[in-house]
Amino acid sequence: MSRERSAPATRRGFLKAGLAAGGAVATGGAARAAAGDPAITEIQPWMQELGPGVDEFPYGMPSPYESHVRRRNVEWLTADPVSSINFTPIHELDGIITPNGVCFERHHAGAAQVDPAKHRLMINGLVDKPLVFTMKDLMRFPRENHVYFCECAANSGMEWRGAQLNGAQFTHGMIHNVMYTGIPLRLLLEEAGVKTNGKWVMPEGADASGMTRSVPMEKAMDDCLVAFKMNGEALRVEQGYPLRLVVPGWEGNMWVKWLRRLEVGDEPWHHREETSKYTDLMADGKARRFTWEMDAKSVITNPSPQAPLTHGKGRTVLTGIAWSGRGTIPRVDVTIDGGKNWHEARMSGPSLSKSMHRFYFEFEWDGTPLLLQSRAHDSTGYVQPTKDELRKIRGENSIYHNNGIQTWYINEKGEAENVEIS
Amino acid sequence: GDTGNFGLGRPATEEEIAAWDIDVRPDGAGLPEGSGSVMDGEPLYTDNCAVCHGDFGEAVGRWPVLAGGKGSLKNDRPVKTIGSYWPYLSTVFDYVNRAMPFGNAQSLTNDEVYAITAYLLYLNDLVDDEFTLSKETFLDVKMPNAEAFYPDDRAEVELPKFSGEVCMTDCKPEVEITARAAIVDVTPEDTATRKAREAEAT
Repeated sequence: MSRERSAPATRRGFLKAGLAAGGAVATGGAARAAAGDPAITEIQPWMQELGPGVDEFPYGMPSPYESHVRRRNVEWLTADPVSSINFTPIHELDGIITPNGVCFERHHAGAAQVDPAKHRLMINGLVDKPLVFTMKDLMRFPRENHVYFCECAANSGMEWRGAQLNGAQFTHGMIHNVMYTGIPLRLLLEEAGVKTNGKWVMPEGADASGMTRSVPMEKAMDDCLVAFKMNGEALRVEQGYPLRLVVPGWEGNMWVKWLRRLEVGDEPWHHREETSKYTDLMADGKARRFTWEMDAKSVITNPSPQAPLTHGKGRTVLTGIAWSGRGTIPRVDVTIDGGKNWHEARMSGPSLSKSMHRFYFEFEWDGTPLLLQSRAHDSTGYVQPTKDELRKIRGENSIYHNNGIQTWYINEKGEAENVEIS
Repeated sequence: GDTGNFGLGRPATEEEIAAWDIDVRPDGAGLPEGSGSVMDGEPLYTDNCAVCHGDFGEAVGRWPVLAGGKGSLKNDRPVKTIGSYWPYLSTVFDYVNRAMPFGNAQSLTNDEVYAITAYLLYLNDLVDDEFTLSKETFLDVKMPNAEAFYPDDRAEVELPKFSGEVCMTDCKPEVEITARAAIVDVTPEDTATRKAREAEAT
């Protein structure tokens, strides 16, 4: 049987032709193998035509076939898209590093477009020498590299009252995990000289929300970074370019972007983002404040509602992510029968403190419905609780810090749904 | 390791610090000179704030509610406002001054911020219409919910409970689905992805 030639594609028409051919490529499967798979028996355009040259894409983007791997927002969640949130497509990612272009965004006055030549970092308050740094000054401090997760305190917050959003991206996607390059905050504070009564540090952003939080001095001197790079390149505009605070293991709101000022004080400031917001209302009408750490948490990213099982019965790869603001994740348990029986998942990849971890569980799917859950254990011995266990303590109105176990129901067709179970 | 002695940066001037250091604390630290009355605040609020927050702080659409909700914090649907929830008046002044109006931040004078803050107290039934807020009267105002906040107690209340042995086999006899997101049906549709998936499945 001779090979047929597909329609020719010009080099310039690469993207367009590639997209149009998508359907044909996807249908080439086991069903056609007996007659000869046209993906093999026909000459495909990329076998024949020339691809783009090295001068075509000075800054590359993913394959057009991956255009669905993108941040999504949920319009009804907020009053407008400027003080709002979008979600990392965690159901499409693997490993532990989040690509910069799909790291979720959370702004309070939009993504400030800062000219780095006009960006300044001021340190003032209870210091010996109030200082001003340019970006060039900051590039002369010793740097460190660390992989940390940044999770919004409100991640999974819409799920407190029950299963609501149908997809891991929406229920768990207010998180990213990248390698940050930055200056230990300690070195900057020591350069200014913290006075003995300096117990708190207030980072302030340069955007129109003037974001401020109160950070205790112990944390500031421990592992906080003033970062200017993520995954090797400059911070993305929407992630605080040219400078952001990194507060490992702690709620994302404290990771002040477009960082322009650090004030040292003897008391916390109790600003809007630590009184009206990022306080956790309990059932008795009182509220927790300064709930900084993000507790151990996990979610199965595949299968999940946006990533159903399409292969039918047989060999199946289940995968997901786990993280803890208090250390590493030595172990994740997985159940496929709603928690009747659990299996230790296989951890794969680096295990770094306050970073995302990747787990896998391979099993034979018999085609019957599944109830999938994952349960993270962190290096302090803490085990991820169920949502009901959390609600029993906190009620349903605490908004933030929902690290309860997630359940996906998989039906006979392999379709997945966000559910809660007894 | 290294300690900060790199000789980098330069001293911040008084003027520079004054320009950026506008934050205010519950003890009044950082409050600027100035004053504004409830009467002064009403037209300022109407002109600058009511389009989003409503004439009486009740909010338009999904914009934040600023007044009301008194006694609702234990309700099924609490209404968390300045009057019902916020512990400190300083937060109102600081936040309005630094970040409001949304889209035109830092456009209000100190006197205007005092006046709008006074008006917000009035909308929350916390002062009468004769009230004037100033650096001097600021600490006289007590917020109703000031005592309702306590520091994170997860270390005592939750961490011990959620640590320890876990069940691995025969953990429960039956499992039932109790809630379903598909019934709520509020997730944005991703038509392109769904079609691609359907094509792949056929």
